Amino acid sequence: MSSPEPHTASAAVVVDGVSMAFNSGRPNQVDALVGIDLSIHSGDFVSLIGPSGCGKSTLLRLIADLIEPTSGTVLVNGKSAKQSRLDQDYGMAFQQSGLFEWRTVRKNIELPLELKGWGKAKRQSRAEEMLDLVQLSDFGSHMPWQLSGGMQQRVAIARALASHPPLLLMDEPFGALDEMTREHMQAELLRICGAAQTTVVFVTHSIPEAVYLSSRVVVLSPRPGRITDIIDVDLGAERDEDTREADLFYKKITEVREALRGAEGQTSGPTGVRGVEDR
Amino acid sequence: MITRGARRAALFVVALVCVASLWEFYKIVGPEEGAEIFGWRLVPRSSDRAMPHTWEMVQRLFDPEVRGRNTPIWRAVLGYSWYTFRMALAGLLLGGAFGVALAIVMARFKVLERGLLPYVIASQTVPLIALAPQVAAIGGNWDLPKWMWVSSLGAFLAFFPIAVATLKGLGSAQPASVELMDSYAAGWWRTLVKLRLPAAVPTMVPGMKLAATASVIGVIVSEISTGVRGVGFASLTYGQKATSDPAQLYTAVFGAAALGLLMFGLIVAIEAIAMRNRPREATA
Repeated sequence: MSSPEPHTASAAVVVDGVSMAFNSGRPNQVDALVGIDLSIHSGDFVSLIGPSGCGKSTLLRLIADLIEPTSGTVLVNGKSAKQSRLDQDYGMAFQQSGLFEWRTVRKNIELPLELKGWGKAKRQSRAEEMLDLVQLSDFGSHMPWQLSGGMQQRVAIARALASHPPLLLMDEPFGALDEMTREHMQAELLRICGAAQTTVVFVTHSIPEAVYLSSRVVVLSPRPGRITDIIDVDLGAERDEDTREADLFYKKITEVREALRGAEGQTSGPTGVRGVEDR
Repeated sequence: MITRGARRAALFVVALVCVASLWEFYKIVGPEEGAEIFGWRLVPRSSDRAMPHTWEMVQRLFDPEVRGRNTPIWRAVLGYSWYTFRMALAGLLLGGAFGVALAIVMARFKVLERGLLPYVIASQTVPLIALAPQVAAIGGNWDLPKWMWVSSLGAFLAFFPIAVATLKGLGSAQPASVELMDSYAAGWWRTLVKLRLPAAVPTMVPGMKLAATASVIGVIVSEISTGVRGVGFASLTYGQKATSDPAQLYTAVFGAAALGLLMFGLIVAIEAIAMRNRPREATA
């Protein structure tokens, strides 16, 4: 386990002593997260992994300021999480693409730009740029429901990145895709985010996905979620299909799996990690 | 599209012929003065006074409204129907605007939803036929044309289905989409305009269909009790002459049917525009 890092100014996200309890103070109180400290550097690709219900999505929502922590602070780009949300400093993508079915693909990508008050010409040129980036230039005038699941997810990523935010928050964005599409999308995501130097926080329950994508994998314990391990992964900047067959890839998968087992062991749960895929 | 339209028109004509044939068939087999079953007068009379021949009804369209005039009655009936249509349309627009506004207010302030909804429902149980002359009498104190009061009674019936459908539709936006708008720091109003209202459209369309019918009914009923000369009033006055001129009433019925078809066509057109570019499932 790596030692707690100092809170440097270059940190994109700093989570400091954050706990989250739902129905706080009531008999049905649920402790989702306890004592989370995490610092994410600019340009990092960090995956949050853990069994179902460990609070990894909750942690992402806290960073996004969609919910407020019971205690502790979250800083994004040196500002409070709330200020960052108001400044639209991050883009977000969910498991469901969440595209608006009444808008064309192009208009969906323009949505965050409209809300930022951009002019029409500027919006359109940026939308074209994003369509090009996710290789959907021919589909700008299509309606979302005319596209396949993988294409819809690419549009959602284009929308999340449209305003060139320094931070991208993703909650199991490829969870609903088939394995082949999923691997393709992973490679696409690395290409896109590598080009833009975007910091990414990525929630997943797939160990290979976390290892393939990340520079660091954050392992959470079952509820109440705590960070039990942070594993550095360095598969190199150029990752391709061969990377998935390299010894280092398997070594890191084993390392993450063992970390998850260890996390499970910390609470007296049954053996085997529920809700985490080995594929 | 064209072949589908042609098939629809053909089906319409076939249905019309079927109804006319059934009518004439009953005139042949049905008892002239009706019949009783177990002492109940259940079998309708088929006399020419109760059930004029279909060709007499059609013929009647080309005779004048009252003896001595030159213009055929169909022109008068068409005029009445057109007048009623315009009043019903005004009622639909007015009621629609009010219904959508009410739904937005109720969606914005949950307290108001709980407070207002019982009154909204109660408003629909008020007997309109009794209310209409009262509204017109109150309206008489203001310098507004009488048709506006008839329209407003159409609106009174039309706002309800639209308000209920819109309220339900505004709540139908996906939670993930609402969260997305939150992540963009979009306020309530922008979330309404960019997300909730467009998401509500598929739910609002059936409400609008109900409202269109409700508005026509509201206007026709109010015409009768306020004496505004639309197709409702015409059917009342023609009905009073049924003993001497039974076919005349049916010319007003034809007029009302034409008005209904026009309204239906309008709603179908609005639906087609509102639901273009939507996935098929949502149009169900």
